[in-house]
Amino acid sequence: MRAALVVLAALAAAPFIGFGEGYVLTLLARAMILAMAAVSLWLLVGGAGMVSLGHAAMLGIGAYAVVVLDDARITDALVVVPVAMGAAALFALVTGAVAIRTSGVHFIMITLAFGQMAFFTTASLAAYGGDDGYTLYGRTTIGGQRWLENRLVFHFLCLGLLALALAGGQMLLASRFGRVLRAARENPLRVQAVGFSPYPYRLIAYGIAGAIAGLAGVLMANAAEFVAPSYLAWQRSGDLLFMVILGGLGSLQGAVLGALAFVLLEEWLGHLTEHWRLIFGPLLVLSVLFLRGGLVGVLRRG
Amino acid sequence: MAEPILAVAGLRKRFGGLAVTDDVSFSVAEGGIHAVIGPNGAGKTTLIHQLSGTLRPDAGSIRFAGREVTGMGLPRRARLGLARSFQITSVLPGFSVLENAALAVQARSGSSFRFMRPAAGERALNEQAMAALDQVGLGARAGMMAGVLSHGEKRQLELAIALAMRPRLLLLDEPLAGAGPEETERLIGILLGLKRAYTILLVEHDMQAVFALADRISVLVYGRIIATDAPAAIRADPAVRAAYLGEDEVA
Repeated sequence: MRAALVVLAALAAAPFIGFGEGYVLTLLARAMILAMAAVSLWLLVGGAGMVSLGHAAMLGIGAYAVVVLDDARITDALVVVPVAMGAAALFALVTGAVAIRTSGVHFIMITLAFGQMAFFTTASLAAYGGDDGYTLYGRTTIGGQRWLENRLVFHFLCLGLLALALAGGQMLLASRFGRVLRAARENPLRVQAVGFSPYPYRLIAYGIAGAIAGLAGVLMANAAEFVAPSYLAWQRSGDLLFMVILGGLGSLQGAVLGALAFVLLEEWLGHLTEHWRLIFGPLLVLSVLFLRGGLVGVLRRG
Repeated sequence: MAEPILAVAGLRKRFGGLAVTDDVSFSVAEGGIHAVIGPNGAGKTTLIHQLSGTLRPDAGSIRFAGREVTGMGLPRRARLGLARSFQITSVLPGFSVLENAALAVQARSGSSFRFMRPAAGERALNEQAMAALDQVGLGARAGMMAGVLSHGEKRQLELAIALAMRPRLLLLDEPLAGAGPEETERLIGILLGLKRAYTILLVEHDMQAVFALADRISVLVYGRIIATDAPAAIRADPAVRAAYLGEDEVA
């Protein structure tokens, strides 16, 4: 957990040691929000052994909950956050009830299919901009106060919620529930042989991961004050999955390291050359080939 | 006479045209070791799958501890006290030895839909898991990762996991498979000790071990039980000898 704590501390210090400019804070907020989504996906991939390629849908549903409520002039976090998390969790539970009956490649394909369904649904929502997306009237308010308009407040809100997601995920994995989940990832037959049926544990984990991703979606919508169907695109799901694998499946903190490395690398290369994708793509391939165990694995060996 | 702990009646399973389990009926009385032996291809594995609930029989019934369990899956039968071990060692390699056993204790100790408290710190679970490890002589390995144990130790761990379930019947699928001579000796010693406290249904290929351990033996040949009797009578049975002709273990 040490590496993640160092990273979180660095993020807390960032605005006061020369990284306080607007665009830097925007970048860091994006990284923290994606890290939170990656933490929720890690719970599925690393915790339960369920490789989902539709996780962006959870994020997007959280973001679109903000849109729908914003359009109805409901902007308070007391309503927005529970609705967004609830909607994402509900979507996860309903689609998960079907998807979790499968495993391996079939699970990947079926989560991808559900994700694309959500993507096309949002693209067809003409009332909310359809393909073009939707610009929010304003950021979510807290008890009627417009605190989130303040960059620093938003920075620390993202950081706090990321830390909370990380701590909560850690607690979940260590609990009785998490132990069954982890055991079922390693050896489902063994788990059944001692008397557990893995299905309900996996389904609840799927719902919890959906809720956390939904919360990240709320932050995502607020960060850009804009939401588009591309938030739910399968490429985004692929990015999230990549962050998780880049960080490493050995520990939950890998999700945070992976997401930050991914976002910052993308940004840095983007500044170097406009053909940055030509470098980024091979780098990703190389990191999978040579970083066995991901960044977490490198830190452990080092 | 008390009701047997396990009663199998008219069990049938076909794969295509092949009757792999062909009208199998037998019962296991409480206490001691009841062994099922048979030459390769006799249908031992298929039978044990049906008994433990990983394979559904085409016909027949299985009663366990006074309940009809034919339609139940593996987890439910496990919760009723049917603990099985696997021919191919099945432990949790990334869990500590203690946690492997603690998971089995957890399965019978209240709800596992608890999300806050760290399970590794639950003393009640750890103490019972430790007791199960001690029973098979694995206490000294409690803190190690299960994945790094030797093959024989993994077999011992699998026994400990089964014991941690507080089973009413231990269903052991070739517990000696793949063990070297020294490991076999150690495992037989452990099974002899367990036999005093548990009812064991032992499916095993190693004849010497079976005759050293079993109180009763059923012989399975081509999906049928051709004899069930005490070891001495089985050894003398001409039909059994005929079935094993060419296999030098009994001769």
